[in-house]
Amino acid sequence: MAHDSLTPAPPAGGGAVREPGRRVGLGAPLGSWDAAIVAGLVVAVLVAGAAVPNFATGRNAQFLLLDLVPLALLALPMTLIVVTGEIDLSVASMVGLCSTLMGQLWLSSGLSLELICVLVVLLGALLGAVNGVFVTGFGLPSLAVTIGTLALYRGLSFVVLGDQAVADFPAGWTAAVVRPMPGTSIPVMVVPVLLLALVFGVVLHATPVGRALYAMGNNAEAATFAGVSVARTKFWLFVASGAVCGLAGLFWTLRYASARGDNATGLELTVVTAVLLGGVSIFGGRGRLLGVVAGVLLLGVVRNALQLADVDANALTIVTGTLLIASVVLPNAVGDARARLHRRRQRAQVAAP
Amino acid sequence: MSRTDAGVTERPTGAPPAGAGRPGRGLTERLLAVRELSLLLALGALVLVTTLHNDRFLSSQSVKDLLLGCAILVILAVGQTLVIVTRNVDLSVGSILGLVAFATGELFLAAPGTPWPVALVTGVALGAVCGAVNGGLIAVARVPALVITLGTLYAFRGVDYYWAAGQQINAADMPRSFLRLGNQTLLGVPVLFLVALVVVAVAGFYLRSFRSGRELYAIGSEPTAARLSGIPVGRRVFAVFVASGALAGLAGVLYAARFGTLDAAAGTGLELQVVAAAVVGGVAIFGGSGSVYGAALGAVLLTMIGSSLAVLRIDPFWQQAVVGALILAAIGLDRLLALRMAARLRGRSAHGA
Repeated sequence: MAHDSLTPAPPAGGGAVREPGRRVGLGAPLGSWDAAIVAGLVVAVLVAGAAVPNFATGRNAQFLLLDLVPLALLALPMTLIVVTGEIDLSVASMVGLCSTLMGQLWLSSGLSLELICVLVVLLGALLGAVNGVFVTGFGLPSLAVTIGTLALYRGLSFVVLGDQAVADFPAGWTAAVVRPMPGTSIPVMVVPVLLLALVFGVVLHATPVGRALYAMGNNAEAATFAGVSVARTKFWLFVASGAVCGLAGLFWTLRYASARGDNATGLELTVVTAVLLGGVSIFGGRGRLLGVVAGVLLLGVVRNALQLADVDANALTIVTGTLLIASVVLPNAVGDARARLHRRRQRAQVAAP
Repeated sequence: MSRTDAGVTERPTGAPPAGAGRPGRGLTERLLAVRELSLLLALGALVLVTTLHNDRFLSSQSVKDLLLGCAILVILAVGQTLVIVTRNVDLSVGSILGLVAFATGELFLAAPGTPWPVALVTGVALGAVCGAVNGGLIAVARVPALVITLGTLYAFRGVDYYWAAGQQINAADMPRSFLRLGNQTLLGVPVLFLVALVVVAVAGFYLRSFRSGRELYAIGSEPTAARLSGIPVGRRVFAVFVASGALAGLAGVLYAARFGTLDAAAGTGLELQVVAAAVVGGVAIFGGSGSVYGAALGAVLLTMIGSSLAVLRIDPFWQQAVVGALILAAIGLDRLLALRMAARLRGRSAHGA
């Protein structure tokens, strides 16, 4: 987001390590922020496992991971979009619309569920393409466009099903999405999410396209002059975001066995929170997918543990908010403190001889 | 009215605005006037169509309901305009409103004899404190307001839930004189709407005629230039967030007076509606242009669409979709006007040379 460009680039990630080239290269698999967030995740899991009864059970792990599937899915394309300096606030509404479209198709079209699933993902891609056209074709700020489509798509999802819910999906399908892998308590659905994360991670960190994303996030104009087709790349990112929302819509609908207009309402802000917590700079040009995945898990673990510890689910948003603020305030505060220390040392050196 | 530049992507971290012809003051103001005019025309057309369909739409009771309905959104939109004009955004207004509304109820529960002006001042002060938290964090962390206020959106709402702990406050808990404030009319106009009008007038006058008000536009147009020309950017931005918080506090007290029944969820999701109202009202999302009058008209239009659809017997489920389409149309229109003006200015300067 283009807010407050007062300071050149003091973004979320990476305390003192500031050279983008070093932070994003494959040679540095762990940026300092990634390391911090992964460490935070490990600490959170250990503390919760030791202190919260029932946290370290297979059943809880299963629910924890299932709850995180939509968030993790949406965070993947969001990471790439934010890296380019754009944002997509319409993701939760696209999930909702895909969910109701799936319900309506199942209710009235007589198509097989397999075909419906394919159609829904394609429809999601189409919704994303609309965002992409507005942002890249008309050159409008993505923040404003996707606030518009947030309302539009959510409205349409109510138009599709009204306040009804479609719930009569085949039991085999609804059971399949929550089933754990044989012999473990890890849901099967984790596998496709991880595969998709791998795809997005490779694209972002190991392909020319990924490099181009960082380039346009740092300076779109320079990227254009370097031969990157900024508009076309961003367009396809929005399409990818829509398609992934279609997948998340399918999962959401089947997991809760209910297609409703208000499915996933408000999830967009949680997704953005997870991405920022993962160390992606809201200015674009910085951040790694590993950090985001760890951020999603950290968010999920902390919330789940506190919920088990009988903290009111709604009051938990304090934790979400504090984590987000701390994740952006702390690196800067640490950087400031280091700079001050450094200056003092330099002064001492000058004074000493 | 994207005044920042004519480029496809407007990223402050990226290129400094390419030297696209910047419209002169007179032209900008003429265009702003067009925006407010076009909003009035849209409102007029909406009223006309709806009234032709059902002449009771303009009955005094219905008009009263309409004015009552939009007052709170208008007040919030004014605060949001102040913030957006400086190229920031305040996503926490809905949470501040909820927190203050609940605090007002709690105040009357704790001290039943409290006169309503005291409650009003307390609410505004609490809102200002929340705004100061936003402004302070933004100043300390030097990160975009979007990130910080997304964090405080969760944090304030969480505090609200934690405090309320499932409790609900009813109209019976609040003094009659206070509740009258929410429904009373003066010469047929709801007091709430008069308050909103005063807020709009004061903010409009301030932005137009005060030096510091003009400086807000300078900050939003180009923060670096504003700083170099001696404007205390940090202090102004801080003050703007305090003002936005205070107005959200005012809106919270009025919300309590109007609805009487309060729980911790009051005002959830309002933030995007408020930003939408400002955007529809012609406030450029990347700062530097727009007026509170436009934002206020945008808020009225968004509110009126809801009641019109009901009268026109259109499925209320369409309302949100229409709002979304309106946002897209508004920013598309802005873009078109900006491009046209840039073309016209280019033509003129070529002529002059």
